[in-house]
Amino acid sequence: MIQLESYLIISAIVFVLGIFTILYKKNAVGILMGVELILNSVNLNFIAFARYIDTYINGQLVAIFIIILAASEAAVALAIILNMYRDRRSVDVTKMDEMKN
Amino acid sequence: MEATQVLFWFIAVVTILSAGIVAFSSKLIHSAFALLATLVGFAAFYVYLGADFLAVAQIMIYVGGILILIIFGVMMTHRIYDTSKRTAHNSLILSLLGGAAMAAILGMIIFRSPWTATVFKTLKPTTSMIGTSILTNYLLPFEVISVLLLGALVGAVYLARREEDEE
Repeated sequence: MIQLESYLIISAIVFVLGIFTILYKKNAVGILMGVELILNSVNLNFIAFARYIDTYINGQLVAIFIIILAASEAAVALAIILNMYRDRRSVDVTKMDEMKN
Repeated sequence: MEATQVLFWFIAVVTILSAGIVAFSSKLIHSAFALLATLVGFAAFYVYLGADFLAVAQIMIYVGGILILIIFGVMMTHRIYDTSKRTAHNSLILSLLGGAAMAAILGMIIFRSPWTATVFKTLKPTTSMIGTSILTNYLLPFEVISVLLLGALVGAVYLARREEDEE
């Protein structure tokens, strides 16, 4: 039997790597990958709690909604990134300092 | 140690290593393909946690959908010959500090709280339970998220479309 803490530690490590990715990368697509890492680690926590603490599967249901949100977020974010690239030929977020070009 | 535990820790190491590649790789396309290993690793964890439906959903939605979108985004925003080109980064030290602060907070929470597994469930299929719950207790979130999904779909198409009347 694998302990609950194992899952919590793995998910914390991946969460921290996701935060680091968001801080470290300048490329907007790279930042999106960091967000996906974070969403996945949160999902792992929810499902682990659904297995070990909850008497029902509420954690899994929350995880389903998170997956749906992640999918719609990725679609909208990539649409914005493509627009950004079309306007400026660059996806460097540190250079995006104007509201309108 | 049992074989399942050995396999679990092997998957854990692979998942964390590939998440590290996502974070530290200077080539974006390498990050994208390392993300594939991370997502599949998470699907394996869901199998270990008895979430059969979610493991399959993870593979279908993340690996089959979101990851393809991300790789598509990488290909569209870089010329394909540029995959060897290094991408610019922010300050490594400041980013590591931010990550370390987050790690300290999470570590404190995890190691100071008493985690006791209060229920010991037998593994059983979850798909019918999920279906029943979505149409009973979780009906309102389900409806709201379907509207949100439609909104995101229309919004993404609208944003990504070329504005022909302006060009």
